[in-house]
Amino acid sequence: MAEVEETLKRIQSHKGVIGTMVVNAEGIPIRTTLDNSTTVQYAGLLHQLTMKARSTVRDIDPQNDLTFLRIRSKKHEIMVAPDKEYLLIVIQNPCE
Amino acid sequence: MEIVYVYVKKRSEFGKQCNFSDRQAELNIDIPPNPELAEQFVERNPVDTGIQCSTSMSEHEANTERFEMETRGVNHVEGGWPKDVNPLELEQTIRFRKKVEKDENYINAIMQLGSIMEHCIKQNNAIDIYQEYFDDEDAVEVTEEAPSAKTINVFRDPQEIKRPATHLSWHPDGNRKLAVAYSCLDFQRAPEGMSHESYIWDLENPNRPEIALKPSSPLVTLEYNPKDSHVLLGGCYNGQIACWDTRKGSLVAELSTIEFSHRDPVYSTIWLQSKTGTECFSASTDGQVMWWDIRKLSQPTEVVIMDITKKEQLENALGAISLEFESTLPTKFMVGTEQGIVISCNRKAKTSAEKILYTFSGHHGPIYALQRNPFYPKNFLTVGDWTARIWSEDSRESSIMWTKYHMAYLTDGAWSPVRPAVFFTTKMDGTLDIWDFVFKQCDPALSLKVCDEALFCLRVQDNGCFIACGSQLGTATLLEVSHGLCTLQRNEKNTASSIFERETRREKILEARHREMRLKEKGKVEGRDDDLREEQPAVNLEELVSKAEEEFFDIIFTELKKKEAEAMKSKLVGALSGGLGGPGGSQGA
Repeated sequence: MAEVEETLKRIQSHKGVIGTMVVNAEGIPIRTTLDNSTTVQYAGLLHQLTMKARSTVRDIDPQNDLTFLRIRSKKHEIMVAPDKEYLLIVIQNPCE
Repeated sequence: MEIVYVYVKKRSEFGKQCNFSDRQAELNIDIPPNPELAEQFVERNPVDTGIQCSTSMSEHEANTERFEMETRGVNHVEGGWPKDVNPLELEQTIRFRKKVEKDENYINAIMQLGSIMEHCIKQNNAIDIYQEYFDDEDAVEVTEEAPSAKTINVFRDPQEIKRPATHLSWHPDGNRKLAVAYSCLDFQRAPEGMSHESYIWDLENPNRPEIALKPSSPLVTLEYNPKDSHVLLGGCYNGQIACWDTRKGSLVAELSTIEFSHRDPVYSTIWLQSKTGTECFSASTDGQVMWWDIRKLSQPTEVVIMDITKKEQLENALGAISLEFESTLPTKFMVGTEQGIVISCNRKAKTSAEKILYTFSGHHGPIYALQRNPFYPKNFLTVGDWTARIWSEDSRESSIMWTKYHMAYLTDGAWSPVRPAVFFTTKMDGTLDIWDFVFKQCDPALSLKVCDEALFCLRVQDNGCFIACGSQLGTATLLEVSHGLCTLQRNEKNTASSIFERETRREKILEARHREMRLKEKGKVEGRDDDLREEQPAVNLEELVSKAEEEFFDIIFTELKKKEAEAMKSKLVGALSGGLGGPGGSQGA
């Protein structure tokens, strides 16, 4: 339990990180550092995108699986680390 | 009644092989028509019967079931929560969350994902992976391909009596049309019945010219007005200037009066940069350069006589063949003459004598083309006799660069509008040479045989990719050059300008040296007898002439012999490589 806290805190404290959240398979946000409405939006949208990305990768090669998803936009970068049940989402502003 | 034919065969003959034989047809029964039976029938006339020789079809209707559509909106609410948890109640959600956090799966998952995530975060912080490294350098396509040019289209003179194409002009907008002037420049040898027409061709249709221009005398030169693409200016064989408006038709819109026009064919006309866009000037071998305003072609606005002795005598005047005018230097213009001298003039000079600024001599024959380099206007290209020369305005004694003497006469030349170091020349043997002196100075970068007859004129399109050349039989050929020859190479401008400067400097040094030597000679001469000096040159002259002739013929013979030897060698090489030993050896001997 404590390690989880420590890990999440460490991630949040990195340079440029705007927000961190953990979402479960149903799209329910478990832990988040952003406000509720933003979290819900991110959770819902990214969940679907991750599912789609994963199915794409597995369609092309069934032995393959999605390990990480990075979406770089003009303003920041959204990083999604998928798991069987949970999703770890971090929004970072890459320093340029 | 029954018609029966009975076959009879003996029992003993059953199974015997059949022996077929031929015999005549036998008439078994003959039933003639019985007219009495016809009375039982009534003739029906006319008979109406429908006949159809097509597939029989039937008509059928079908109605699909209606597809009902409805517009609905969807209201998203926070979902995914299990049935027992009410998302709006904070307590319940918190409780749920805490429950999940205690789950072991959760802890493991987070630890794992956390490490991956941290790795990426640190990556992002370390470098910007999308940084542009070589932003300032243009994408250099180092085209290692050899320069090449290919023929795209050929426009043949539709007339039966072929006339040489003497001048070409591209349409100023979009370059989709080409105006070609046809005339026979052989003195009084124009064949009878030769048409005076000149044509404007549309590049898409090489079979028929788009518009025909009908002057009273054949056109030697033809130019589109760069400001107004409907107006064309033509110089006639009889010395008149004519102006066309393509909207008005193919007859001349304006024509200058004979009395005030040139007395010889007008070899060159150029439009001037003016606010009205109606000014032009023309040059002819009668030694005059005239300025015109096309609104009033009855009289030239100004006349300058090309007399380099500055006495304005028409008898001394040099015949002008080519004109040069650069819009960036609007008061200056240059004239290339029949005698091989380029005269640079100032338009704004007060007296006519001062109009002629300086002369450049160096060609042995008429200067057929004269053009300033579009990037470095101080340097200009002249094409005449068997060479093409590049001059710099600063060096008056001689050209700064020149090509070797070719086997055939050079008829026209032009700079490439996109590359400062590239120019094109055409020759009497029908070849088009593309010179790139950044690449190679002693030979053309590409030499292309366009046709078997002589090429008389050449025009490059503004984008530098297309070249049109006109030949002696009136065919205008459109060529496209390879990409490398029409894109500016990196550093080319600098290289070209440094080449020009270096050559100019070299010429200046040589000039200075010559001047010194001449001064020394003069000093020596003043200390001698005048008579002696006069006699000696007379004798020396004849000796010199005979010596020069001998030397000349010697050189010619050695050249010819060298050529023969080379031809023999190439023949031998061909025979050896094609032969199979044996005879090759004896041939070598």
